[in-house]
Formats: sequence, structure tokens, C-alpha cells
Amino acid sequence: MAELDLRATAEPADLVGLKAIGLAVVTALALAAPFFVSEYWINAIIVPFLILSLAGLGLNLLTGYAGQLSLGAGAFMMVGAYATFALQLRMPELPLPFALIVAGLIAGAVGLVFGLPSTRIKGFYLIVSTLAAQFFFEWLFLKFPWFYNGNSSATIALSRGLSFFGLDANGPHGRYYFTLGIVTLLTFLSFNLIRGQTGRNWMAIRDMDTAAAVIGVPVLRAKLQAFAVSSFILGIAGALWAFAYLGSASVQSFGLHRSYQVLFIIIIGGLGTIRGAYLGAAFVSLLPLALDWLFQYLFSGQVDAGLLQNIQKAIFGILIIWFLIREPEGLSRLLAIRRTASRRLFPS
Amino acid sequence: MKRLIVAALLAGTVFSHAASAFADNVSQYIPLPTYRVGAYASSGELWWAGERDYFRYINEVEGGVEGVKLDYEEFETEWSPDRTVEVYERVKAGKNGSPLAFFFTHGTPATYALLERAAADKIPLIDPAGGKTEAVDGTVFPYAFPLLFSYYSQASTGINYIASKVGGLDKLKGLKIATVYHDSAYGRASQPAVEVLAKKYGFENIQIPVADPGNEQSPQWRQIREQKPDWVFLRTWGVSTVVALKTAQRFGFPADHIVGDVWAGSESDVIPAGAAAIGYSALAPYPGGTEFGIHKKLKAEILDKGKSDLRDPKLFGAVNYNIGLVNAALAVEALRTGYKHFGARPLNGEEGRWAFEHLTINDRRLEEIGFKGLLQPIAITPTDHEGGGAARIQSWDGHKWVLQTDWIKADHELLNPLIKEGAAAYASEHSITPRTPQTETN
Repeated sequence: MAELDLRATAEPADLVGLKAIGLAVVTALALAAPFFVSEYWINAIIVPFLILSLAGLGLNLLTGYAGQLSLGAGAFMMVGAYATFALQLRMPELPLPFALIVAGLIAGAVGLVFGLPSTRIKGFYLIVSTLAAQFFFEWLFLKFPWFYNGNSSATIALSRGLSFFGLDANGPHGRYYFTLGIVTLLTFLSFNLIRGQTGRNWMAIRDMDTAAAVIGVPVLRAKLQAFAVSSFILGIAGALWAFAYLGSASVQSFGLHRSYQVLFIIIIGGLGTIRGAYLGAAFVSLLPLALDWLFQYLFSGQVDAGLLQNIQKAIFGILIIWFLIREPEGLSRLLAIRRTASRRLFPS
Repeated sequence: MKRLIVAALLAGTVFSHAASAFADNVSQYIPLPTYRVGAYASSGELWWAGERDYFRYINEVEGGVEGVKLDYEEFETEWSPDRTVEVYERVKAGKNGSPLAFFFTHGTPATYALLERAAADKIPLIDPAGGKTEAVDGTVFPYAFPLLFSYYSQASTGINYIASKVGGLDKLKGLKIATVYHDSAYGRASQPAVEVLAKKYGFENIQIPVADPGNEQSPQWRQIREQKPDWVFLRTWGVSTVVALKTAQRFGFPADHIVGDVWAGSESDVIPAGAAAIGYSALAPYPGGTEFGIHKKLKAEILDKGKSDLRDPKLFGAVNYNIGLVNAALAVEALRTGYKHFGARPLNGEEGRWAFEHLTINDRRLEEIGFKGLLQPIAITPTDHEGGGAARIQSWDGHKWVLQTDWIKADHELLNPLIKEGAAAYASEHSITPRTPQTETN
């Protein structure tokens, strides 16, 4: 009690307690959720939301914290998915969680290789080289039948599904807890990474890399670290997307549109924040669904379905533009402003 | 603005769980995952118009199927398998007291994405002239129905037609047949069959991929000009077909030596290609045209009364419209088979499977429903989920599709072992025990 808290953003003591209670409530809700919501919600809304948040988290580490622009998110997700498939197929003794980790490491190594140009080029030019990764892997995984085990449809699927250590996680509950566990773990890891030396290195490079080099930040190593860690997380997100959400996937599921989607998630959610990935994923994956449900309920059968779909897209685009004009730094900044505003109202 | 969004989300939550005000449980729910937006919209629109018109005809003119009305509802998917999966999850519990008897996938990638889910949920996936060819073997795939014409049958019928043009199957020896295919699960689906046929008849099999979406095909057709095949088998879909025909003309390959598959043979494939498409032939398990009995009925009851879903009445009888009619007719006849067995009430997935597995439409019935010449006689059994495996050939003359042949059957004796092998491999990989339909009581 007598210890001074010299952190720059010291929080009032009673708010810390409130935070802990809040966290406990959220945890309880998250654990109990599958028993209250329908299978549709788990299968089609919550699980993809969680996985996209993880992908957004991965990209945010690279683009938001380390400042390296990248359009290769889809490619690294693809590598993770195909690596998991190859491991489960060719080394079935390796349990699924470990296969996921190894696949993540493979994706991380690939990210490292495709991140090498970042040591020489910056900004938009770097986008081009990550785009090269995107196209390269789209070609690679179709060209060589070894990657999809020669089946006629060039799709990959886990033959045993999500089963490991004797547990069968194939039902909606299993998939939800599996995804939730992995996403929570990786978020926790990222949180610690950001708070530590690595995160500070990344933010220094993002803000002013020349100055960072001057004060002794190992710029080259930190940039490559960013690519590796980001691709590790993206690889695991890709494996989850393919096997915990879709069931089977092919190159189509991880195309350029996916890279754009993940980039939009972090731009709208907030670059350089952990919660930005979650807010952005909610916006990008849930809002179109909500619009679709609403329009389907209100207008189905009365208005041409194609017209409805195009109107939804227009509305979604307008919302993005409006949000970004209101707050260019994304939803997380909006949330932060609200919180400081409310704190000013109730000073303690 | 935020309040509006929150209200919308709440509305979505509430209405997804609320019991419906309509207590109409004498109608069978049929969800339609459609695409009216995106690259394939122009083909899709006609397809849904055909389905909707036929369902409407059944509901309003015939009073439903054995008295049970059809409650059909569209959901937009943009031909994306991810979105079709979401739609499937949304509708699989049924609606208004009617469970789901079957699910039209309206696209091969969607069938692949849903294959395992549907097997677990026990809902039949209906994908005529598409789907996973191994699913013809119903003992391993009880809930997948690649009806009418599998991709292997397409290859075989195409080869049989080429043989008839060169004077016999023995004349195929030494010929070069190139397949230009869309580089996706769909385009590759007939490769195993073509390989086996090439070995049997001694023709050279050249496979040339076209990357999605296939807007630029000069390298492929340059390769064809170098290798000089005698015939080209076109396994493309969407814009890649149009570009293929135009590029073929540019490189001097005659259109009358190109045979397109089912999904490369509609008006939206040939009209944009203009003169390059004259003489081009396509496999037609669903021929185009309005001379069939059902068209006369629909014209009188639906089209002329302004009840058609077609935006442009001139497209009545287009190939894609007829695809819709045939799909809808198969569903209706299957439901009829089911209602006669289980009673005239909405069926669930397992009953739907039984209904489809006992669907037989002979020539007499085809006459009755007005589909003679449009739909082939079909007999689906628990071991044979294809049921027909024949197609007619139609050629484009610049204005319309002209039927060239009667129903040409595929070489099922040659193809069945291939299919069984593929199905057995799938079964062992996924630890599925093939069922023995003879022991089933249902």
C-alpha cells in the first residue's frame, strides 16, 4: 500500500479492482457461452470472429507495432494451414496442438524469408514484396500435388478432424473451446511481447527508425523478429480458419481478398493496439452478417436479392469511410477517448 | 449511428431466436443459396429464375407436391464457398416447423466445403452435374448426390461424341485431345477419367490449366497452336469460357472442334464470344430451348401472367434457365417419392436421403411432367447417386443452341471401378464404414 506506483500511466487503485472483476466476468461468460448460444452462433459467428481477431493480432504486431506494411497475411495463413495438414498427414503421431506450433514455426520461418526485403525497403515498396509472397504461395500450393496429397479437388482437410490426446473437439463446443484457448494464449503472449523490450524496439522502429538505430535498437533483427512472430501467429490463425471453422480449405480461402480483409481489420480496429484486432474483426466479420440478417428479415422476397446484396455492400463501405473520417486511428482510439472522458467525469 | 447499428444487431439476435408468427407447418422449407452478385451472376440469375418459376408453378397451379406447398427462400453467396457454408449453418435447423430435407449447393466448391458437415448433420447435398465424383458411390457418401451426370461421365460422353465425329471409337487411336481446364477443383475433376480413357483408346491426353479467373489465355492457346491437337475439351466456367473461345479464334483453332462441358455451354458463354462461338458444341444434360412440354405449361401459367422471376422474358428457355427447371423438377419428384412413402408432411434430412435414393423418373413420367427430351430418364439407388450419366450434344449456330444428338451415355463399365476406388480411398482416410443398403430397413 505504501509503495509508490511510478508507471507513467498509473491507474487509480479502485479501478484496478474493477478491472479484475471485469476480467473475471468476461472469462466466465466466454467459458459458459456455448451453453447459452445456438450452434449457428458458435459455428458461423463466434469462431470466425475469434480466428479473424487472431489474424488481425498477428498482422497488427507487424504493421501496427513494427510499422512494416504487409499484404501477405493470406499467404502466411495459407502456409500455416498447409503445414498443419502436411504434419497431420505425414507425422500422425504428433498431436494436433504440437503440430499447430510446428506449423506456426514453419510459417514464421517463411515470414522471415519474405521479410528480408524489409531490411532494405520501406512503406509501400514493402507491400509489393509481401504481395509477391501472396501470389507465390497461391501458385505453389496448386502446382505441386504433394501439398494437398494429390486429391482431385486440391483441398486440404484433417482426416481425423480436431482430435488430440483422446479428446474429440469436432463438435461446435469442441471447436469453440479449442479456438478460444489458442486465441487467448496467443493474445497473452503478444501482450507480454509488446510490453517488453521487443515491443518497445518495434515501436521505436515504427516511429522513427533512424533515431532507433542511433540509440542502439537492433533495427535489422527487430524487423525480422516482427515478421517471424507475426507470421507465426498468422500461420496458426490460418490453420484454425481451415480446420476449426471451414473444415476443408483450398487456396481460394486465403486469397488476396483475405489479405485485404485482415489489413482492413487492423486499420478499422486501430493500428498498434491489441484490442484493435478484436474490434476490427467484430466490425468486419459481424457487421456484414448483421446487415444481411436485418435485410433478409425486412426485405426478403420483396426486393431483388442481388440489389439487396449490393445495397449492403454500399452501406458497409459508407460505414468504413464514416468511421475513418470520424476517427482515423480506428475503433480502439474511439474507445480510449470514451474511457478517458468517463474517467474525467468520475475523478477519484 | 452507433445506436442504429446496435439496434440492428439486437434485431438480428432477437429475430434469429424468436418463434415465427406463422404456424404454417404444411410447407416444405427449401433454402436456395444463390449468387446474383459477382462474376457468375449472369449465369446464376437464369438458374434461380428457372427454379423459382417451377416451384411457383407447382405451388400455384398444382397445389403443391401431394398437397405440401414449397417454401423457398434465397440467400446471397456470391459463389463463395465460405458464404455458402454460413448460409448452410443458418438454415440447417429448418424453418417454421419444417426441417431441411435437402440442400442445393449450386456450386462444386460449396459441395466440397460442406461434404463432411452435411454427412454429420445428415442433410443430403444436391449438386446435379457437379459435386465430388466419388460421391456417386452412395455406400461411402450417403449424403452427397452428384445427380445426373458426374464429371467422369462428362469426360466419357465428350470422348464418345468426338469418336462419333471421327468415325468410331477405334479411330481415336493416335489422335491428340487437349483439355483446357479452369485450375480449380471443378476443372480438375475429370482428369482421372480422361487418363483412363486415353489409355483405353490410345489418344494423347494433353492437360492445359487456366488460372482463375482466366481473363488472359494467350499462353494456353499458343501452346495449343504449337502442339496441334485434333480436338479440344473445354472445362472452364464463367468468363474463362468466353475468353477461351475468343482466343481460340485468334490463334486459328476451329470452334467446331471444341467440345465444352456442362458448365461451359450456356448463352452467357457464347453470346459474348460473338462469331468465335459459331460451331462450338457443348455437353447438355440440360439442353437449351423452349420446345419442351414444361415450357408450354410455364409460358401459359407463369410467363404470360407476369409471375416469372426472369428479368428478360427473351431468356425463357436459355440453358441456365433450363438448369433451374431440371434442378427444381428433380427436387419435386424426389419429395413426391418421399411423401408417398412417409406421408404428405415436411421431410427431414434422413427421409430426404431415402427419397432421393429411391427416385425413379421413367419416360412416361417425363412425358407427364413435360420434361421429355429435357431431362434424361433417371434411376437413383443407394449405390448409384448419379442415376443417369448421359447427355445430349448441342451446337451454337449464332442465335440459339441446336441439339445435335440424342442421349449419349457415358462408359459406366469403365468408370465405375475408378469411382469405387476413389470412394474406398476416401473411406479409409476418414475411417468411414461403407453402408450395406440391402440391410437397411428404411
